[in-house]
Amino acid sequence: MKEENDKRMIIGTGEKIFLVVNNLIMVFLMVITLYPLLYVLFCSLSDPVELGKVSGLMIRPAGFSLRGYKAVLDSDNIWTGFRNTIFYVIVGTSCSMAITIVGAYAIAKKNFMLKKPVMLFIIFTMYFGGGMIPTFLVVQGLHLTNTVWAMIVPGMLSVYNMIVLRTSFQSVPESLYESAALDGANDFTMLTKITLPLSKAALATITLFYAVGKWGEWYPALVYLQKRRDLYPLQMFLRELLVKQEDMETLLANNVGQDAEAYLLKEIIKYATIIVTTVPILVVYPFLQKYFVKGVLVGSVKG
Amino acid sequence: MKAAKVNNGRLEREKFSVRLKRDFRSNKYIYIMLLPVVVYLLIFSYAPMYGIVIAFKNYKPRLGILESPWVGMKYFKEFTSSMYFGRTLKNTLALSGLNLLFGFMAPIIFAVLLNEIRNMRFKKLVQTITYLPHFITTVIIASLILVFTNSDGFITQIVNGITGHTGSLIGDKNCFRAIYVISDIWQGFGWGSIVYLATIAGISPELYEAARIDGANKFRQIWHVTLPGMRPTIVTMFILAMGGLMSIGWEKAFLLQTPLTYETSDIISTFVYRKGFEDANYSYSTAVGLFNSVINLILVTTANRLSRKFNETSLW
Repeated sequence: MKEENDKRMIIGTGEKIFLVVNNLIMVFLMVITLYPLLYVLFCSLSDPVELGKVSGLMIRPAGFSLRGYKAVLDSDNIWTGFRNTIFYVIVGTSCSMAITIVGAYAIAKKNFMLKKPVMLFIIFTMYFGGGMIPTFLVVQGLHLTNTVWAMIVPGMLSVYNMIVLRTSFQSVPESLYESAALDGANDFTMLTKITLPLSKAALATITLFYAVGKWGEWYPALVYLQKRRDLYPLQMFLRELLVKQEDMETLLANNVGQDAEAYLLKEIIKYATIIVTTVPILVVYPFLQKYFVKGVLVGSVKG
Repeated sequence: MKAAKVNNGRLEREKFSVRLKRDFRSNKYIYIMLLPVVVYLLIFSYAPMYGIVIAFKNYKPRLGILESPWVGMKYFKEFTSSMYFGRTLKNTLALSGLNLLFGFMAPIIFAVLLNEIRNMRFKKLVQTITYLPHFITTVIIASLILVFTNSDGFITQIVNGITGHTGSLIGDKNCFRAIYVISDIWQGFGWGSIVYLATIAGISPELYEAARIDGANKFRQIWHVTLPGMRPTIVTMFILAMGGLMSIGWEKAFLLQTPLTYETSDIISTFVYRKGFEDANYSYSTAVGLFNSVINLILVTTANRLSRKFNETSLW
């Protein structure tokens, strides 16, 4: 009897230790996730010369200056990039949603004869494709290269998104369509009057999926906009500035000079650029989290 | 008997075309709605598939696809006999294999642990924060990696201080895979846990109660209730990941690689890009791309067949 009691006690403390350790692990994971971003934030707010002396971890900005941010906000390329990206996100997402919605509505319907072959035709494209060069030749052949449409048309439809949306459209009760059909409604009316109002959450999710995709996209610009830097999305300028580390003077078009301080200032500018271009999304995202989560879950069940 | 069959056949065919015509009429709007999707896929998916023929031709832009001369398997032979074949294939499989080995476990373990957090507000906070990196664009991820692992980056300083390694990490071909995989885990463990958390939430509370009555402690409950409950999802996700072994996202590798690290960082898709757009060798590039797509297709179909066998769920 006593022994059993002891055992219970041991289990109890074991669980207690587990809970404490588990909470600590979670805190640790949050720190690991946030620290790289905080580090960049601290660097971006630092004084260039002070930052040059720092090594290892940072827990606050070294000195304080906003010169990095000033340089970023004065940069024409960053503004051009932002403007173009916003255009691509809005127009691209709208076009994508239009084709995705009509397609999803059509394949959600059970009763048309060519459904099977059409589904095969659609699904096959998810598993096999022409690849980079053949796709490029098609886009070039259509004279879409070096126009804004190169950023919007070739990636307009995501079959995956269409199938996720279809899954949600299918949950609209069939009886609603039947009674609408009795009233003489055609499929376009049913889509706009019944399906869309009942699928707002799914529509929000898919819209966000497309928008996030467009926001981060740069590959089409790399291959299709070779002669039109003025049409580059933000990510392309970021790639040049941060990844390829091309000459900053030409990129930022302001005089940072050539001396040691200029070198340090360039570092600050990089950090400020990362913050300016990442924070908007990270601030908006928590408010939209539930839609994203829903999208992941719908997508993970059978398509 | 024979005549009747033929007759019957024709009868059926007529019936089919009549039925189809009637179907087109009664589902007119459905077919109109399908039209943009079909046209889009014909142009941007199926036309490029036709364009694959240039892998078997010596494509000259001046001559176009039809007029360019056939060369058979020349470019495939050229690729398989070059040093790039072994290197890119090995790198592709190594990167995705390591990603699968380590990256696959991380969200599962995280989901199990997170599920044990009792304070709902704390749990919500952990979720919100660990999902964040998913929303950082690839270009920014690559630039974070670069500033942290170049010669004066803070991760380089720490790692070099501990291990005695010298020089930058990102420029060292022996570190590329580790950097790639660790950053992938950093970006994806939170987001990847969503599916598993939903699965755990679907496990009946009665099972836990029964386990508790039988005297099972937390660890035993996790081992005997939570993990078995997650099994179907884990199997599905694993099979899906197996199917994607050859289609590892190329953007990050492309952004992080330099000629110094090609030995470990050059994967098939980055090689396809360089051959095509930097060397303008369209046919060669297409041949390599086709090689990749075909293996990919085989992997995905196999994965799907496995999935059907284990779980009675499949992708199509």
